[in-house]
Amino acid sequence: MKVVIDEEKCVAAGQCVAAAADVFDQREEDGVVVLLNENPPTELADDVRNAAAVCPALAIHIKE
Amino acid sequence: MTIEHGMTAPGRVLVVGASASGLTTVEALRRRGYAGDITVLGDEPHAPYDRPPLSKQVLSGAWEPERATLRTPDVLSQLDAEFVLGDAAIGLDTTTRTVRTASGRELAADAIVIATGVRTRTLPGQEGLRGVHALRGLDDALALKKDLAAGVRLVVVGEGVLGSEIAATTRMLGLDVTLTGPLAAPMTLQVGPMVSALLAELHTEHGVRLRLGAGAAALTRADGRVTGVELTTGEHLPAEVVVVAIGAAPATEWLADSGLRLDNGVVCDSRCRAAEGIFAVGDVARFHHERFDCLMRLENRTNATEQAIAVAGAILGEDRPYVPVPYFWTDQFDAKLQIQGRVTPDAEVVEGDVTARRFVARYTSDGVVTGVLGWNMPKQTRLRRQEVVDALRPPVAPIH
Repeated sequence: MKVVIDEEKCVAAGQCVAAAADVFDQREEDGVVVLLNENPPTELADDVRNAAAVCPALAIHIKE
Repeated sequence: MTIEHGMTAPGRVLVVGASASGLTTVEALRRRGYAGDITVLGDEPHAPYDRPPLSKQVLSGAWEPERATLRTPDVLSQLDAEFVLGDAAIGLDTTTRTVRTASGRELAADAIVIATGVRTRTLPGQEGLRGVHALRGLDDALALKKDLAAGVRLVVVGEGVLGSEIAATTRMLGLDVTLTGPLAAPMTLQVGPMVSALLAELHTEHGVRLRLGAGAAALTRADGRVTGVELTTGEHLPAEVVVVAIGAAPATEWLADSGLRLDNGVVCDSRCRAAEGIFAVGDVARFHHERFDCLMRLENRTNATEQAIAVAGAILGEDRPYVPVPYFWTDQFDAKLQIQGRVTPDAEVVEGDVTARRFVARYTSDGVVTGVLGWNMPKQTRLRRQEVVDALRPPVAPIH
């Protein structure tokens, strides 16, 4: 699984961090998504898919 | 596969409404392994698109309209759902679970999801008057944008979230903008008096003329075109273009004879179920929130997604209440506001600095945390969301 984020679309809601805190974080200054691991391990795959689903800005893309 | 054992998944699902909540319901069903037939009925001809950018990036022209599309045609086709677009639902028979459409179709299903959203409220005399706009759909945003020629005077009627965003976006385009509405400051209902006063300052600094504390009495006209807005105080605000953003009402007219309980939305239980095999999701759904112990209808983007995921689970036999922490955000000028939970008149700044326009405020009711609001502090606001969640937990039974 490869994760790609679109910083420009990100609205800093932080839903992705709530869904998968090992893969996503937010910048201190403006809350924009920070990708901690662009190739998350299999055991986190469901959480990452969930993070992409709950992102209100559709800023997370997954290549399986 | 996450379909629960012993549950029978419905053979056919019909989703009425092709916007964020309808689409997400379909995606969540497929993600959880549902393999039955799915039909999505939408009244607009467009493929599913996102609404928050309409009053911001699409209206300002920063985005081409296509960028607001929710999914590419490829991704949509992989869902293996039939999209029936440009045809509105006009009736529902809850016994046979059949939806009738404007073009004469009859669509039957084992589970029906009502996701028809809301319609904007209008002022008397608004229909057909040139120069007057509402903003709900993509076509509305493009029509308004087209009318915003350089030098026009724009009046935005309605000081809620949408009206305040439109005022900010159009002012940044360099237009002459007046914001009017019955409350004392922008978004008073949504953010409380302290933050709304700061929003009033922000708008004024950027050159938006505020005429607040007075309702709109009438639209004035000449030769079929709007000429301005008359306020209840008698003041006349001249304008070439007027945007009416005075709120929205659930789109439930088509359900009037269905027997479903309609009261400011489709009334549902805590599983988002309106009747056997019939669910409601998104702006149109008024569900029972078990923790707040009240009926709640949320017109915001994150609810559209979260509730859709909950409804997909309920369709597949899950028995779990939907108990969200309400969340919305708004971008106006250089301010990014994030609001988690419920706002009360009791706000205190708990982090950051109001004068620096970077802070988190906490809202309480009888000493209990009900919500947090961040102004240009998104990460810190999310971290404090936990305080709202903790206050929502059911009381733990004492250990004897």
